[in-house]
Amino acid sequence: MTTSRPTTTDRPATVRGVAVSTRDVHLAFGSNPVLRGVDLDVPAATTACIIGPSGSGKSTLLRVVNRLLEPDRGDVLLDGRSVLRDSPDTLRQRVGMVFQHFNLFPHKTVRANVTLGLTRLKGLSKDAAAEQAQHHLERVGLAHKADVRPGNLSGGQQQRVAIARALAMEPEVMLFDEATSALDPELVKGVLATMADLAAEGMTMLVVTHEMGFARSVAQQVLFMDHGRVVESGEPDRVFESPETARLQRFLSQVL
Amino acid sequence: MDILTTLRETFFDLDAMREALPDLLRVGLPNTLILALTSAVIGTVLGMVLAVCGLSHRRWLRWPARVFTDIFRGLPAAVTILLIGVGLSPVGLQIWGPNPYPLGILALSLIASAYIGEIFRSGIQSVDDGQLEAARALGFSRPSGMRLVVIPQGVRRVLPALVNQFIALVKESSLVYFLGLLASQRDLFRIGQDAAANTGNQSALVLAGLFYLLITVPLTHVVNAVDRRLRDGRRADGAARLEDADGDRGPVDAPLALAQEAR
Repeated sequence: MTTSRPTTTDRPATVRGVAVSTRDVHLAFGSNPVLRGVDLDVPAATTACIIGPSGSGKSTLLRVVNRLLEPDRGDVLLDGRSVLRDSPDTLRQRVGMVFQHFNLFPHKTVRANVTLGLTRLKGLSKDAAAEQAQHHLERVGLAHKADVRPGNLSGGQQQRVAIARALAMEPEVMLFDEATSALDPELVKGVLATMADLAAEGMTMLVVTHEMGFARSVAQQVLFMDHGRVVESGEPDRVFESPETARLQRFLSQVL
Repeated sequence: MDILTTLRETFFDLDAMREALPDLLRVGLPNTLILALTSAVIGTVLGMVLAVCGLSHRRWLRWPARVFTDIFRGLPAAVTILLIGVGLSPVGLQIWGPNPYPLGILALSLIASAYIGEIFRSGIQSVDDGQLEAARALGFSRPSGMRLVVIPQGVRRVLPALVNQFIALVKESSLVYFLGLLASQRDLFRIGQDAAANTGNQSALVLAGLFYLLITVPLTHVVNAVDRRLRDGRRADGAARLEDADGDRGPVDAPLALAQEAR
């Protein structure tokens, strides 16, 4: 791969989103049911936004998709194939994840954050990994920060590094767990723009968000979750303009 | 006049010091350093094992680690050293011969590992859960994530507490005299003590004390320097620090306080 192309509009062949589905996913923490039969279908190279009140199971659902949490019942499919019998570690290399609090490794430089998985999991040489890291940091506009530690970056920059770290593993699906919720308002835009670019490049994205504007303009599909179920879903315009259920109407009246 | 002179002669008799100096330097200092260094190394390795076991999700790993820690942290060092040094001496005799050092070092290591294990445990526990989650989300197994991401951060946070433990170890190493030492095996304390007992003058013991300070005081300053570098290093690290300065400063103090409380 060449690494010198600096723009974010560059479309490397590495982005190849695959379809994600869940079938009747159930999960309880002790006696507390968090997911109570979730079905979703995200076609390849599309973006689905999950909205809903806190405690509705949105973040838990994302963690079931990459098996940070194992479902009690149900199935998770990538590219039409169940992944529950695969090794969870190899599955997670195919599914990138970005967190609310970035979770960058503070004791490593920005570059080392990105190369860790490349050298240790993908077996790349140090040089090759550094080259890849450079490329992915350029995509998020932070190549010039490669040698600093995350603590010296703004929240927005940290989140973009986190996105670069996930993308460097060349995932087929990206999960975003309230990626902009911890950011100051003026930093949200840059991160959302990076995410929108990625969606346009053909990544399959599952985005838990409170940014209704992003859901509206980028997503092909919006799912409203409440009490561990998908209560309503559809195209963004339909969901936001004419919500059918009373619960979604109430939720939208509170957040819009 | 008399009191001051008596005090000076009792504690700071230069002739008595001069007499004890060669032994302290040639025998005591190396022996004390050998005792302290070997137990520090063994205690640190064992402490890490205890910390990892103590944090395990598996009960059969966690429980032995907790019990071990409770016992060796709870017993007076003198009791542990005597019990192991004397109690195991028939075994030690067969393996190492009549040298009391191996069992002394074993006892010191076990004591140190109990404290160091708790220091490591508090450090590792203070690392945000999101770190392991992020490592696993990249595709690392839980053990790899702990090894590559969580433990290095945890250890960094407790380095000062760790060095404090090494200082304690230097001082506790003097207790091996319980096990009976040959002339060539005597450590700083024992040499000072013997000279003081023979002459009725405490000056040699004072000099031995100065040797301990010579080891421990620089270590204390190493702690402070390391601590400062770890803090400043994060801030004065290239670009100007932006708004979220709160992130990693607070937790740095927490495990230290914990570890020190534990003592």
